[in-house]
Amino acid sequence: MKKDYSILVGGQAGQGSRKAGLIIAKIFNCMGYNVFIHDDYQSLIKGGHNFSQIRASQKEYLTHRKKADFILALDNKTIEKHKVILDKGGTIISGERSCEIVKELNGSRIMGNIAMIAIFSKMIGIDWKMLSSILKKEISRDIEKNLEIAKKAYDETKELFKIEKLKDKANPLLTGNEAIALGAIDAGLDIYSAYPMTPATSILHYLAEKRKTIASQAENEISAIQSIIGSAYAGKRSMTGTSGGGFALMTEAISFASIAEIPILVVNSQRAGPASGVPTYSAQSDLLFTINSGHGDIARFVASPGDANEAYNLSGKLLNLAWKYQTPAILLADKELSESTYEFYPKKNKKEKELLWNKKGDYKRYEITKNGISPLAYPGQTVVKSTSYEHDEYGYTVEDEQSIVAMQDKRLRKFKEMEKEIDKIEAIKVYGNKKSDKAIICWGSTKGAVKEVAENLGLKVIQVLFLQPLPINQIKKQLKGVNKLISVECNSTGQLSILLSQYGIKVDKQILRYDMRPFTPEDLEIKLKKL
Amino acid sequence: MKIETNYPNTWCPGCGNFGVLESMKRAIKELGQNNVVLVSDIGCNSKIVDYLNVSSINSLHGRPIPTASGIKIANPELKVIVFTGDGGSLNEGVSHLIHAAKKNTDITVIMHNNRLFALTTGQYTAVSPKGFKGKSTPYGSIEEPLNPLELMKASKASFIGRTYSPKIDYTKDMIVEAVNHKGFSFVEILQPCPSFFDTFKFYNERVYEAPRDEKLINEWDYINESKIPLGVFYKKERPTYEDEV
Repeated sequence: MKKDYSILVGGQAGQGSRKAGLIIAKIFNCMGYNVFIHDDYQSLIKGGHNFSQIRASQKEYLTHRKKADFILALDNKTIEKHKVILDKGGTIISGERSCEIVKELNGSRIMGNIAMIAIFSKMIGIDWKMLSSILKKEISRDIEKNLEIAKKAYDETKELFKIEKLKDKANPLLTGNEAIALGAIDAGLDIYSAYPMTPATSILHYLAEKRKTIASQAENEISAIQSIIGSAYAGKRSMTGTSGGGFALMTEAISFASIAEIPILVVNSQRAGPASGVPTYSAQSDLLFTINSGHGDIARFVASPGDANEAYNLSGKLLNLAWKYQTPAILLADKELSESTYEFYPKKNKKEKELLWNKKGDYKRYEITKNGISPLAYPGQTVVKSTSYEHDEYGYTVEDEQSIVAMQDKRLRKFKEMEKEIDKIEAIKVYGNKKSDKAIICWGSTKGAVKEVAENLGLKVIQVLFLQPLPINQIKKQLKGVNKLISVECNSTGQLSILLSQYGIKVDKQILRYDMRPFTPEDLEIKLKKL
Repeated sequence: MKIETNYPNTWCPGCGNFGVLESMKRAIKELGQNNVVLVSDIGCNSKIVDYLNVSSINSLHGRPIPTASGIKIANPELKVIVFTGDGGSLNEGVSHLIHAAKKNTDITVIMHNNRLFALTTGQYTAVSPKGFKGKSTPYGSIEEPLNPLELMKASKASFIGRTYSPKIDYTKDMIVEAVNHKGFSFVEILQPCPSFFDTFKFYNERVYEAPRDEKLINEWDYINESKIPLGVFYKKERPTYEDEV
């Protein structure tokens, strides 16, 4: 029996299609399936057309399928728009009956999504006990009325088949942004300050709700990053998050954090640009901008996760690295990662201790050291002078040649140490047929589709996790025996290829997508086969 | 521990900032050296952090206020004092000034007001008089100045005062009072710039120490040639941002 289901649920904004998608995913998760949810929504609050695509499978997949086995249409537009992707033998469930049931029982319009879930659940043979217990957990208002509606819809629907229960245990479902927040909390995050910007906003929402950090909304992105620089100077682990436009505003402060050697973590969750672009859609077009962000000769850590579990690991890793090397670190996410929902395998990031001053003698904030890292002290403990100007060891402004070179050399030694660090950690991942002479190179959420297709076609995949410093030794090692290298990215200029070319690595073919939608395995497979 | 540093002072001879520096040294003696953190902008005023032996962070132009807010929220025990100019806080970073006042974050903002950008060799700011001749306005500025104290009142600052840089102890007292005030404090220091806008004579003829009366915020509108009141015009405690978080 087939164990890879694709379900699309769509409707107008305000009809609860996203919530329906999440509940359906939880039902499958309870049935032992791995789940993934892709959410597509427009930049509006009511009306328009939103949809979620759920993938439920025995094997772990990190992306949705292009085709759907079921289309759950809360409105007619969903049918019009998506009937072309209905797979052979697929089923469309129109929203008419759901609406009638809600009306018959005097429910409110949004409850149509619960009726739809019940109809679908009955069709695939989910038992009422499981369905009702999930609904009770997931519905926050009018539980009785919703359950009455669900029960009526369930009872009057005929079972089409009985979906097989699998043995996998249900894990928590988390969006990429939630995983970013959790990963940072577990690595000791104290403070988060941000200005709302899709698709990074839900990090702020999640942290504000959790109250495990001081999460606050600033008057603009410049204020957000400047305030976390202040908090980190005072000794607290601090983070901000934004998307391309807000990140552009933050770049002067990235340069500040670099010269002042203040550890900060910045999340840049990419959306379709340039400028305001297509705000609620995904892209990978800020790679070169991010690794070059901030004026002057500076270096940063930049890493990009491909799924929620990597997002958790990397946000914690980057926070620790920022403090180890007293430098800005940037988590480069994208809308598809930030707002998609993944099955999350709980794990534990740890706060790694920073290098602290031994409290002996005069404190020199920028003490010249062999590896370029100077011990940290915080105001209140001693005189700590930090600055955006070039400075001497104590942090006083300098303009003379020797002092300028001495301090730049100190930072350059530190940047070298950062490169060495990258050599020591898992900075790339390899999947698929590791012996293949054809390899795909990718980064960020594109990993989901690439990994799946490469495994089907017997190709090798190199996923680059760290984009700065670039783990060039690890990449070159994996390229031995590869005679055709293909890059897959969601941008129009092939930014990863451009970056690799600076290191003498030639990408033979590029597969680029820039309609601001993520790759699906079906599309990617066709493109790869054509090469 | 010495309050001054050995760092060479690079202000112009006769600069109004020397008075502020002296007031600040005396204020730090009263406030204690350990828990004070200075946060500065970019501009002549901001060099003050190099001359004072206390913790400091020299931020970017226009941005010391959010940097200071971040320090305060990270460690509320610290007394956080911002040094900024009229250019930094009323031009480049005015949004931060307004929002920090509105939030009532418990920091003190000391605005050195020389009524022009000095370190960039003399251009008009939001408080330069109309007709001001600087290098970017050789035929005179065509904009009317705003009244920063009125802006602060509208922005809900809980402490608003004005002083004049040659009045060393008067200024020191106001700084100490502002720092000890729980909530957002705004202190304007009228500070003449002998190199580009020498206003010593203008102020000497007009300033007077006034009683606490918020109506005096509007006595001088930065345009007319009336008397110029000095003093704490408004002071009212309300919950601070840090208390409410």
